[in-house]
Amino acid sequence: MPGLEDLYREIILDHYKSPRNRGSLEPPAVRSEGHNPLCGDEIEVFLIVKDGIVDDIKIGGQGCSISQSSASMMSAAVKGKPVEQARALIHRFKHMMSIDEGGEEPDTSAPLGDLEALQGVVKFPVRIKCAVLSWNTLAEALDIAAE
Amino acid sequence: MSFDVQKVRADFPVLAELINGKPLVYLDSANTSQKPNAVIDAMTHFMQHGYAPTNRSAYQLAADATDKFEGARAKVAAFINAPKVHEIIYTKNATEALNLIVRSWGTANLSAGDAVVLTHMEHHANIVPWQMLAAERGFTIRWVPLTSDGLLDLSNLSTLLDGAKAFSFTAMSNVLGTINPTAELCAAAHKAGAIAIVDACQAVPHMPTDVQAWDADFVTFSSHKMVGPSGLGILWGREALLDAMPPFLGGGNMISDVKLEGFTCAELPAKFEAGTQAVIEAIGLGAAVDYLTAIGMDNVRAHEYDMTVLALNSLNDRFGSDITIHGSTDAALRGATISFAYRDVHPHDISQVLDQNNVCVRAGHHCAKPLMRLLGSNATVRASFYLYNTPSDVTALCDALSEAGDFFTL
Repeated sequence: MPGLEDLYREIILDHYKSPRNRGSLEPPAVRSEGHNPLCGDEIEVFLIVKDGIVDDIKIGGQGCSISQSSASMMSAAVKGKPVEQARALIHRFKHMMSIDEGGEEPDTSAPLGDLEALQGVVKFPVRIKCAVLSWNTLAEALDIAAE
Repeated sequence: MSFDVQKVRADFPVLAELINGKPLVYLDSANTSQKPNAVIDAMTHFMQHGYAPTNRSAYQLAADATDKFEGARAKVAAFINAPKVHEIIYTKNATEALNLIVRSWGTANLSAGDAVVLTHMEHHANIVPWQMLAAERGFTIRWVPLTSDGLLDLSNLSTLLDGAKAFSFTAMSNVLGTINPTAELCAAAHKAGAIAIVDACQAVPHMPTDVQAWDADFVTFSSHKMVGPSGLGILWGREALLDAMPPFLGGGNMISDVKLEGFTCAELPAKFEAGTQAVIEAIGLGAAVDYLTAIGMDNVRAHEYDMTVLALNSLNDRFGSDITIHGSTDAALRGATISFAYRDVHPHDISQVLDQNNVCVRAGHHCAKPLMRLLGSNATVRASFYLYNTPSDVTALCDALSEAGDFFTL
């Protein structure tokens, strides 16, 4: 049986206790909202896309250590990156969470950084939804921004 | 009959299971209860020796199956002191029973300008069906608020009920454990000219139930929370109301005659039982009722009262200001369903650590999001006890919680 240390890696608890890019952005920033109906977790993603770049991102809402740390790491990973790279990272992260969306195998050559720590979540299937919530919410925000 | 929890535990095979070499500490009975051998055996025996269609075939096996199916209905009626056996309607679950009331009685009786009264401590199953019909019909929903200790605030009840057509409320909160004064609330509804609908999902499994003493009009509950199988709910309603209501689902079994021009309804209870019913599950529920009756519902309530006192005291003694227990501190006013917040550790994370010790609790919003908003959180940990839980389960909960605290300390 996987132990707690497989799930709650130090870096995850660090992001949970000191979340990055926490807050909100006023319009014209776009906003999207994700819910985990199972446990009531809520995530808000505020996003400004400028010239095809994720210019700024803020995270709101409340939830467990996995959903909050995943959101924090995600915000740090995509901020300042081209939208296409952000989308590719969403695809890669969900693939790492064993969520098959079809399409091409993600390019795994670039290092994942802090996000690597969330790999252990796969051993706790109930928690995959927690880890993926913010990424789905980001995908929605990117769609809104592209409209 | 004296109550021996170790004897009770021996009746529930799953409680002897070891998961990863450790015993199971099942504290999620408000969610769903475990099953005794009496229920498992009754269902297996029926499938091995007596299974056949009910109410439609003339051969001996079918007639015997029908007798058993209807016999279970009679047991359920006696268990809640229903005046008439045919007032007991089998449904898919308690949620469907509530939807049946709203769709059938509500459609026939509610229109724009009408009002229905609910409470802030309702399960989604007693909120959303009303909201769905309100969106079509334009009636208003009024809400009975809560006091700071998680009881219904009845100070404005007569104003809220004034002109209302229905008052639908839970007999016991699935989050706070609060036991509501059901008879008093039914009387208040009737005084205002409203019907009284009681969501008794958390009450029927845990304490003696007498629908006539409550003087309720409709009562709903589920088999799976009272040591019976899943897939079966119960609606009890007054015969006069059920007779006057239009049918809910259409199909086989619920008709008296069908012509090209239309249909006529069957008599109760068939009128509300379209299609093949959960026959095996009904046999199981009958066995569950026999099992609980033999133990005695007074004994069940007394045991759970003791467990509640012990759990509240233990949690408070060991965790002091680190723990916030929602709802009343008076075990006489509540059942053994205990929701709490522990420091600022998220309930989902607590339940993960508890799971390492096979302590099974529910973490989340418990299908009562309006209540959760009132509590100012989007999730709680809920430990719920039943007739098979012991003082050592309370200790296991406290030990595991203490481990969670250590793990998440900065």
